[in-house]
Amino acid sequence: MAMSAAEIEDMIKSALPDARITVEDLAGDGEHYAATVVSEQFRGLSRVRQHQLVYAALQGRMGGVLHALALQTSAPE
Amino acid sequence: MSQATENQAFASIKTAVDENPVMLFMKGTAMFPQCGFSARVVQILTHMGVPFKTANVLEDPELRDGIKQFSNWPTIPQLYVKGEFVGGCDIVTEMFQSGELQTLFDQNGIAKTGA
Repeated sequence: MAMSAAEIEDMIKSALPDARITVEDLAGDGEHYAATVVSEQFRGLSRVRQHQLVYAALQGRMGGVLHALALQTSAPE
Repeated sequence: MSQATENQAFASIKTAVDENPVMLFMKGTAMFPQCGFSARVVQILTHMGVPFKTANVLEDPELRDGIKQFSNWPTIPQLYVKGEFVGGCDIVTEMFQSGELQTLFDQNGIAKTGA
């Protein structure tokens, strides 16, 4: 059961309400996406911690139904 | 995974990351990577010329699950430098492009092979 771009965006948004999110479907199979997430909650965090916040927002789907999510995260400039 | 198996997997992971300054848990081997993301990290490490050890999670289901719990990171590949989790394919690629990966190696005294 794949995921839609909208689903990914909604889940991230619910955990990071201030986030500006873009989600791009890489393969059209609902399993390979690229996403950029900009949120104040990332400020001062290492990249690993930032990505872990996004993975937590996806509630265990990362590495499961969601095979690949190329992530770019940052705090607002 | 039972607690006992998890402890065993954690112990062997801990040994691997402590004994190998640059340790890569991947799908496949450096010679025959079986996943594009794993292959990219191998490519980056090879290009930088640093010695590194790999572990093929496809050969060991307990390792494949254990490593994800160990680092609280849901995907493979996973790169460790001097026992510290550095990241997966995205982060390693970003750090390589920004020069942070070279700095990390320099700071940890990890020189090119034959340097």
